[in-house]
Amino acid sequence: MKLPDLTELALRNLRESVLRNSLTTMGISVGVASLVAMLSLGIGLQQLASRHLMKSGLFDTVIVTSRRDLRNSNRDEERTAPEPAESRILDEATRQEIEHLPNVSEAYPDIRFITELRYEDKPHLTMVAALPESARSTDAFEALQGRFFSSETAPEVVIQKTFAEELLGRKPKSGPDETNVAELAKPLLGKELTMRYAQRESAKTPSSTDTNTKATDEQSVAGAAYSVVSRELNLKIVGVADLDPESMRGPARARVFLPLKLAEGLHVMQPTDLREISRAAGNEPLYSSISVKVKNPSQVQAVEDAVKKMGFNTFSILDASRSIQEFFRVLDVFLGIFGSLALAVSSIGIVNTLVMAILERRREIGIMKAIGASDGDVKKLFFAEAGAMGILGGIVGVALGWAIGQVINLGTNVYLKRQSFPPEHFWAVPWWLVGAAILFSFLVSLVSGLYPAGRAARLDPVQALRYE
Amino acid sequence: MGSASHSQPNGVPAIPGAAIPRQGGDSSAVHGPAIRVEELFRHYRMGETVIRAVDGVSLAVRAGEFVALLGSSGSGKSSVLNLIAGLDRPTSGSVIVHERNLAQLSREELAQYRLHTVGMVFQSFNLIASMTVAENVELPMRFAEVERGRRASLAQEALTRVGLQARMNHRPSELSGGEQQRAALARALINRPQLLLADEPTGNLDSRTGTEIMNMVREFNQQLGMTVVMVTHERALAERYAARMIFLADGKVVSEETNAGTVAIPAGREQRQEQQ
Repeated sequence: MKLPDLTELALRNLRESVLRNSLTTMGISVGVASLVAMLSLGIGLQQLASRHLMKSGLFDTVIVTSRRDLRNSNRDEERTAPEPAESRILDEATRQEIEHLPNVSEAYPDIRFITELRYEDKPHLTMVAALPESARSTDAFEALQGRFFSSETAPEVVIQKTFAEELLGRKPKSGPDETNVAELAKPLLGKELTMRYAQRESAKTPSSTDTNTKATDEQSVAGAAYSVVSRELNLKIVGVADLDPESMRGPARARVFLPLKLAEGLHVMQPTDLREISRAAGNEPLYSSISVKVKNPSQVQAVEDAVKKMGFNTFSILDASRSIQEFFRVLDVFLGIFGSLALAVSSIGIVNTLVMAILERRREIGIMKAIGASDGDVKKLFFAEAGAMGILGGIVGVALGWAIGQVINLGTNVYLKRQSFPPEHFWAVPWWLVGAAILFSFLVSLVSGLYPAGRAARLDPVQALRYE
Repeated sequence: MGSASHSQPNGVPAIPGAAIPRQGGDSSAVHGPAIRVEELFRHYRMGETVIRAVDGVSLAVRAGEFVALLGSSGSGKSSVLNLIAGLDRPTSGSVIVHERNLAQLSREELAQYRLHTVGMVFQSFNLIASMTVAENVELPMRFAEVERGRRASLAQEALTRVGLQARMNHRPSELSGGEQQRAALARALINRPQLLLADEPTGNLDSRTGTEIMNMVREFNQQLGMTVVMVTHERALAERYAARMIFLADGKVVSEETNAGTVAIPAGREQRQEQQ
């Protein structure tokens, strides 16, 4: 029998015992819904975590340092890489080269220095770091009080909560007594900080008329010089960040942030300037490290490899992200297993319904065989009925699972709102899950139909025709 | 629809489905009897007891012949019919239809045999209650994988042939017994089989309706040279329609009578059979 005929007959038979078949199909739907609900939750949570991690900038960032900076090299790299003294330096040309690597969205110099900031004539010593414009969208500044920099060169600062506490002379607290960032921001926003810093000013190098390049180089190295000038800059506090945007930096993390272009223009004396004195004397800036933003966390490894090939040291927390992904995969498997249990129970319903159908339609099977139906035709017909119930149940189940997800999402967001948390979308039903759930339901139904279909096919037509 | 319909010389329209090629080959090409039953046994075991439903039956039916199997209840006539229909397998012995021994066919081959070589009508009509009359008639064609459009026109033609064109979309429960049996006849003949096997076809019908049905069966037998084997316990019915009567009792053939007054086989065909 051809597939369209089979489908038509199967649907007709299902309509004949509409109540029983609907109940069985509902059973499958509930099973599929529970599977979809569980997996959607797992996927949603994974996406939520990934979203936050992505926004945190931790998982898509590669920090590039020069091998000349011996503090950042490790033994493995030492073995394979060229000698530090022969390694390349991190300058603007290198930054541009890295920025043009595939999958890199941005490469910006890491400018950070310890300096003194005066607030109401009281000095405070802290680490200052420069932030690119792209940092505006990171998670760390989501609950920012005030605003982000108005431009990349604006003399403005965003300060971290702990520094704000220090400026106001409050002691940092943790737990439920933690100081509300809004309270801290109120007296500080719009106020000015005076930053004192050491500016590197290049001195005039003796010019050479010698055409011999080597000699010129040697001369310039020998004659390299720059002055260090103490400068002051007034900066307006425009924002107070609640979270620590630099948690991955450990002790090097900054508590005061400047716009990147502004910081670059300041030519603040960097530790590398001393080591690379010959180059620091020039006008071109020299970077201690470069932060590379990768388009997708999955490409971090490839970018790291490419940068290493260029002869630099790299650092990322890819491994941590891998273990998080692994955790979610395990979670998905467990949620999937629990979800499938309901589907397994509903598959028993399919077996029951079809076995009942065989009993009821025994005579009909006999008639079909008498007029020429083969065992295969009868078997396929019962398979088609099981499959149709599976597909229908799958479709309804996916819709039901999606609806359950929406309701839970809505309920949780109402709760989050009451607790003054921003709304979250932790429920995701991707298209592949819709397709996979319907397919799985179809396959489970077919497997459930194996026994009844085989039994129907084996019926003795003479016995079946006698059945009243 | 019209393409499959041909008028016969006597004015009776051809059996619908004539356009479908016969699977078993034309009966004129058959050597020897259409059906040959040899030393046929069918025993059933019910607990410790063995029921000898068919106990050494041998008989032969010529192609185009109308034979009646007669006997009282439990004589084994329906069991013999089921074995000829390929619905059951013998305990021993053979049923040879057009030179094919049914006992040696696989389940799939037997299903093909039932689909293309045999048409069956039963006492209780055996129409599928959940389907309309037209769908019931179409069902064997679904198994034979006949194209949908062709199927509908052939079913309509067949039902017109048995006078049920106005009842096509009714369910069997909405039809009288006679109408149901006519629908069953249309279904039995839709794949144009070579054998028509009828198990008490008038058993549930009044005599007038029974006569109507039997006239139709005779028409098919005479016009298409279709071999008919009918099981009945009504001797009068058999005498009126069958060319030959085979009497069974306790699973054995006890006697055989020819009905001289009945013209069962068209003369030309009979002559050809004789020569073979």
